[in-house]
Formats: sequence, structure tokens, C-alpha cells
Amino acid sequence: MLRYVVRRVLMMVPTLVAISFIVFVIIQLPEGDYLDSLVAELEAQGEQLQSEQIEYLREQYGLDEPLWRQYVNWISGIVLRGDFGYSFEYQRPVFDIIGERFLLTAILAAGTILFTWMVAFPIAIYSAVYKYSWGDHFLTFLGFLGLATPNFLLALILLYLSQIYFGTSVGQVMAEEYLGEPMSLAKLGSIIEHMWVAVVVIGTAGTASMIRRIRANLLDELEKPYVVTARAKGLPPGRALVKYPLRLALNPFVSDIGNLLPELISGSVLVAFVLSIPTNGPVLVNALQSQDMYLAGGIVMLEAVLVVIGVLISDLALAALDPRIRLGAGVRR
Amino acid sequence: MRRYVDPYPFDPEEEVPLTPEQERLYTASQWRLVWMRFRRHKLAVVSLVVLALLYASIVVTEVLAPYTLDSRHSSHVYAPPQPVHLFHEGAFVGPFVYPLAFELNMETMQREYTVDRSEPQRLRWFCRGEPYRFWGTFEADWHLFCPPEDGTAFLLGTDRLGRDMLSRILHGARISLTIGLFGVAVSFVLGVTLGGLAGYVGGLVDGVIQRTIEIIRSFPVIPLWMALSAALPVSWDPLWIYFGITIILGLVDWPGLARAVRGRILSLREEDFAQAAIFMGARPRRVIGRHLIPSFASHLIASVTLAIPTMILGETALSFLGLGLRPPITSWGVLLTEAQNINAVALYPWLMLPVVPVILVVLAFNFVGDGLRDAADPYS
Repeated sequence: MLRYVVRRVLMMVPTLVAISFIVFVIIQLPEGDYLDSLVAELEAQGEQLQSEQIEYLREQYGLDEPLWRQYVNWISGIVLRGDFGYSFEYQRPVFDIIGERFLLTAILAAGTILFTWMVAFPIAIYSAVYKYSWGDHFLTFLGFLGLATPNFLLALILLYLSQIYFGTSVGQVMAEEYLGEPMSLAKLGSIIEHMWVAVVVIGTAGTASMIRRIRANLLDELEKPYVVTARAKGLPPGRALVKYPLRLALNPFVSDIGNLLPELISGSVLVAFVLSIPTNGPVLVNALQSQDMYLAGGIVMLEAVLVVIGVLISDLALAALDPRIRLGAGVRR
Repeated sequence: MRRYVDPYPFDPEEEVPLTPEQERLYTASQWRLVWMRFRRHKLAVVSLVVLALLYASIVVTEVLAPYTLDSRHSSHVYAPPQPVHLFHEGAFVGPFVYPLAFELNMETMQREYTVDRSEPQRLRWFCRGEPYRFWGTFEADWHLFCPPEDGTAFLLGTDRLGRDMLSRILHGARISLTIGLFGVAVSFVLGVTLGGLAGYVGGLVDGVIQRTIEIIRSFPVIPLWMALSAALPVSWDPLWIYFGITIILGLVDWPGLARAVRGRILSLREEDFAQAAIFMGARPRRVIGRHLIPSFASHLIASVTLAIPTMILGETALSFLGLGLRPPITSWGVLLTEAQNINAVALYPWLMLPVVPVILVVLAFNFVGDGLRDAADPYS
């Protein structure tokens, strides 16, 4: 097991290096840099920057150096000093901006995974056991509908409905009196009360695909001879379902975190933007629009790293649960 | 020892008689079998018809739409939908609308529209209306139906500039429906080429391609799309932006397809027919293109069909955030930017109507893809 863990962690390193490189290239792609768009914006407002001033700023931020040096500066800052660079627009270190929103992003992601599990689990079992019943068709259709509706629109509609019927304004993260308070149970409760719309909306898409996967797995398992034998020997249906087939069909629960996490993070960007939840999503949209490159790069990088770590955790959990994977890995790789 | 022998004369050449039904089935080509299996999936067939109609509609958008994309009606800003009626005071009149009277409420500063039910205005059919350029080439003014003479027909309401939503949705279909196709084409070429190479050549090439796939898959899709489309120069022509977006959609999507192709090729390469082709001296290109790919082409088509809706949703999301297509190019996502805040939901809910075709198309593609996937292996 230890060997597997070490191997798996080591494999992450080249992946992370490649990711950082791609992120850097992407944020460099737009023509010009932040100063160009700043100058253009100032000019639009009728102000002028002296060309020496621009040169000074450019030198200050290291924008005049060749690309590879900028990359080395950037990545060594992150790795050696935890310094993600400086946000031009906010005039603050990127790390601070991302950091203060990170907790909320993490809470949102964790809440959504929990929600997905809680919804997908019973529905998938029901659909598999009562295959092709009306209930199955209805739930499948509902799942498809969740998959087909653009997240942001669902968010808007739920936002509107919750405002009318529940009176909580979900446009905020928590009730006003908790703003700036230290974390407490009451504050957490308030956050949950305000975040449920986001969780439901982000969860719907992932739920649909997870239901389909568990259902398919369980169906395969239920047709196997050992289940038939168990039934024929008079095992009560409930036990004949839970004892073995269900356990075997549960792999996607763990292994799907790897698929679910990128989906969640993608989805949360949009939904957070619509609901104006101060996660990193809305900040990323703005940063991309104003070419605040270190901020945008930092966020994309962080989200990719989150996914890599999530996949790692799910792989390890799967290896711990399923000896076939743990032992097979040594032979294959 | 006695043995029973059938007195019927034995003829080894004799064929077991087949019913015409069986004969058709046994001699049918693979694609015919796929089609026969597909037809059993009713929902998929219905969806296929829906998609065919929608795609047919984008050919003649200008004729179907009662107004042009940009015609503004300053006296009918944020007008609610005018439903089509058939009966006026119990008498059959044919499809008609009631005119809207507009009034600015000075207390709430809101536009109030009242329906004048006294006088029905009949829609005109196959008529000459607003002039347009058909596919941007030649001028014409034919429409399937037009608003009544000196009346209006905003069947789905109007937006903040008084533009007809129905016409805009019909025009948006042209962009939204094709962007998925082009995107999938890009992802298909990349996926099949790279996946094929990885599976067939193996070794170092396989390793490099596999790592690349892993890396691309570990990016969350929407932020990656956003970052890439932010890189498209603002100064570009809208048409170039359109192609840029399709390429971006394809660039991010191919790894899934490549992985599937690689897996299939790995297992099929060991089959006898493929080995025979190799030993007879066929080049890799011929082995892959002529022998391997056709044997899983139906699976390929199914997975491509399932990739299109993701792209349509992606474009919608990007445009909604203002990072994708921009006016004057009009897609369903661009139309939905108008419904970005809660005011729109509360006051002008018809601005959200472009989502209906989005859902419809995504569902239809999913059902067709599902049907194809079930039918893809007709010999099982």
C-alpha cells in the first residue's frame, strides 16, 4: 500500500509542472498585458500616463522580461515562497485574495458532493431495482432534465423562488449580523441556509450522471448468477440486494470524486457568478476580462491543483477499499 | 441393438428454409441492423425527428422569423408575449392576436401593457414583410407569417430594445446549433488521430499522449474555456471569434474521445482480421482507417452525439458570462445574457425563453446518443 501511495504521489509532480506551464501560457495568450489595458482604460477616461511612468511600472512588475523568465519567477515564487504574484487590479497579493475566498469554495464543493451522494444513492438503487417501472422512467427523465438545464438559469429561478417563498435572500452568503464575526455554529447554520440554492444547482448535473453510473453498475451485478442463486435459496430480497451486489456497485461513489470535482468546480464558477457568492468564480471572470494575469492564473492553477488532489484522494480511497486495484497497480505499471 | 433412422433422404447441400423475415435479418448490412435496433428506441426516434426539424429550420431562418434579427420597436419595449388565439367571442376567426396598448405608469415608472380584446388582428400568411438578406446574400421579403397590417405580433414578447424574441431565438439557433457540430468536428479529428496513434503505435507515443490526456482532464472545464476564450483578441471579426470558440470547445473536449478510441484500438489490434491485414503488409494508416475504425464506428458516432450537447451548453455558459460570443453574433447564450439578473426573472420572465430550445436540443441529443449507444453493437 505504501509503495502505491508513494508512486501515486510522485506521479503528480510532472502533472503539476505541466499544468502550471499550460496555465502560464494561457494567461499570456491575450495580446498585450495588464498595463496596456490599464492605459487604454485611463485614456478612455481622459487621463494620460507618462511613458516613463509606464516603463517604470512595466519594469516594476517584471513585464519587460522574456517569457521564460517571467514563468520561472512566477513558479519559483509559488513553490518556494507561496507567493502567487500580485494582483494589478486589487493592488494586493494574489494569495490573500484567493485565500479569503478559498474556505467558501471548499465548503461549497464539500456540500455539493454530500448533496450529490445523498440524492444519487437512493434514486440509483430504486431505479435499478425497479427497472423500467414508471418511477424509474420518471426519475431518469428528471435526471436528464437536470443535465440539460443550464446551471445558471436554474440558479436564477431558484433564487427568485426562494426569495418569494422563504424570504431568505440567497444573494448573500450569510445573514448580515454574522458578517465579520468569527466562525461559529450559528454562523455556519446561516451560511448553509443561504447556500442551499447553490449546492442544489451545482449538484444537479453531477447527480444525474452519478445516478446513471451506479444504476448501470448495479444492474450488471443484479443479473449475475450468484444473485439468482441467493434469491432461489430464499434470501430475503433486501438482503440479496444489500449484502453483495450493492457493495460491488459502490465503486463509482469513491472513484467518481475524480470526475465530479472538475465538474463541481466548473459549475460553481457560473453559479457563484449568478448568485454573487464570493467564491473564486466571479473573481476569475473579472480577472480574465481585465487581464489581471497573475490573479487569473493563480485561480485556474489552484482549481486544477484541487482537482489533482481530489483525484489522488479518491484513487487512494479506492485502493484502500478495493484490493484488486491496489495489487493490480504494481503489476501493470 | 436397434437404432432409429429418419427415413427422410439426407442431402448435405440442402439449406434450412428461412422465413423472409429471417432472411432479411441475416443478410442485412451492419448499418441496417443498427438502424433496426435504433428504431425500437421510440424516444430516440422522436428526438431524431425533432433535431432534424430544428436543423432544417436554420436553413430558412429568415423566412420563418416574422421580424429580422435587429428590427427595433421603440413603442414596444419589454412587451409581454402576445398569445395566438383562434376564437373571438365564440366565433372562429383563424390565428389572430389582440393588439397591445402601451402605457407608462408614472407612479411605479413601469411599462404597463394592456390587451385590447375588442378587435382581433389576424396574422397574415405567406406574405411580404420586413426585407432581409437571405444568408447575407440576396434580398428578399418573404415570410411564413407576418404581423397584421399596422399591428404587431410578438408571440414571445420583446427585449429591452423592443426586438422580437421569437425572431431572435430563431436566428440564434443558427449559431447555437452549428457551434456544437464544428466543435465536435475539431474534437473528433484530434481524438481519433491521437487516440489511434496512442493505441496503435504504443510505447513512447502512447505514454506522451496518455499523460497529455490526463493533464487536460485535470483542468476544470469551464475555467479553462473561460481562460482560453479570454485570449481571443477583442479586435477580431465576430465570425473569427465564432470559429475561435469552436476550436476552443474542441481542444478541451478531445481527451475523452481519444481515450475511448485508444482502448478500442488496443483490443481490436489483436484480433485476427487486424493481424492478417498487418501481415499482408498494409500500412498503419490503412489498417487503422480501413479495418479498425469501421469496426467501432457506430460507438464513435454515439459518443460524438453525446459530446455535442456539452458543447452547446458550454457555448451558452461562456456567452452568458460575456466571455464567449458577443453581439452582433446572436446565439441562445447571448440572448440569455439579457436575463442575467433577478429583475428579469421577476418582471420579464419571457427573456428566459431561449433556454427552452437549449433544453430541448440537449435532451434530444442525449436521447439520440443513448439510442445509438444501445444500437451500436447490433450483433450482441
